[in-house]
Amino acid sequence: MRGPHDLGGVDGFGPVVPEPNEPIFHSSWEKRALGVVLANGAIGEWSLDQTRAKRESLPAVAYWTLSYYEIWLAAMAELLKERGIVSLAELATGRSESPAKKVSGKKLEAADVPAVLAGGSPYTRPAMKPANFAVGDKIRAVPQTHGGHTRLPTYATGKTGVVGAVRGNFAFADASARGDRSASAWVYSVRFRANDLWHNDSNDTVCMDLWEPYLEPS
Amino acid sequence: MAHVDHDHHEGSELSPIELRVKALESLLVEKGYVDSAAIDAIIETYETKIGPRNGARVVARAWTDPSFADWLKRDASAAIASLGYAGRQGEHMVALFNTRELHNMVVCTLCSCYPWSVLGLPPVWYKSPPYRSRAVKVPRDVLKEFGVELPKDQEVRVWDSTAEIRYLVIPVRPAGTAMLSEDELAALVTRDSMIGTGLAAA
Repeated sequence: MRGPHDLGGVDGFGPVVPEPNEPIFHSSWEKRALGVVLANGAIGEWSLDQTRAKRESLPAVAYWTLSYYEIWLAAMAELLKERGIVSLAELATGRSESPAKKVSGKKLEAADVPAVLAGGSPYTRPAMKPANFAVGDKIRAVPQTHGGHTRLPTYATGKTGVVGAVRGNFAFADASARGDRSASAWVYSVRFRANDLWHNDSNDTVCMDLWEPYLEPS
Repeated sequence: MAHVDHDHHEGSELSPIELRVKALESLLVEKGYVDSAAIDAIIETYETKIGPRNGARVVARAWTDPSFADWLKRDASAAIASLGYAGRQGEHMVALFNTRELHNMVVCTLCSCYPWSVLGLPPVWYKSPPYRSRAVKVPRDVLKEFGVELPKDQEVRVWDSTAEIRYLVIPVRPAGTAMLSEDELAALVTRDSMIGTGLAAA
């Protein structure tokens, strides 16, 4: 299934409209939205991939028309409800009507914000097996994606490319989105010729970072 | 006709989205999951500490210090961290050096992945369907929308940020800048030149 987020090569969205001297935020609610989504991540109830999976499961029309922070908020509200952390009624009133549920993480304190933002969260994992591909290998991306969250864009499926770099062994997004935070796989930078992707006689190229399970030898 | 302004409301007259965000924050604070002061600190960080000036410092250093440029090519995460710009959405960095033969340009077709640690929060166009859909297919048309036209024999290489690697484009150093200091050079480095939708100012 191709979700509304899988936008590479889709026609019909019109030209890019850059905004000169764009402000960091366009209104004060956007600031609170950014802050509340990042701060709430510390409760540890979902992974980044689960957040992405939820955002891309919004109805297509909503996904294409809502702003970035509106998409964030809609997905976070769904995750909070799904996990039984808040109820629909509580979201509507902003008042708690039940005792707080125990969560895996802990509240992010203001004093810890600089260290948490500066530390980030590395996604590399110890490799359990050697990489199957090396720089220069010809590969083909699998012909079709599975139904769930994946980071193989549809426009690359079935296409042939060349490994340009071995990035390392990373937490596997598709598994992480299903709640399996232990799975990992090698990630490769794969270079495709634009002409192989779009049949446009171009000499330009497109590179992307793909996990090993997306690739077969070519 | 009364002008309805959806973004600026006086006093208690909040728009629906403002009310929703306020309700969400109050609820999570009351339940003990979120601290409003932490939210303030996050906002302050992205308003005052983390933004494209960080990336510009990296570029200016790469232009003036060949050993730093080499380090950036080999291990961008470590080289960038040495200037103090590490962290969230910049954990795994790769620097892409533009040349007269090769122009690099960065997109995230699947969401809005962006190197926050060096460029701050992404602009709206970067997160919107027109850029995400077209950058990989018609990059030269997109570049024209940014006022950039490249020679036919200069390869355009588009990097789709599909995993957790984040990209910083190192633009070509403009001609006639040999006498400039690192600070003066940093002032020439625009945000768009580090995404690859622009060039460094001449």
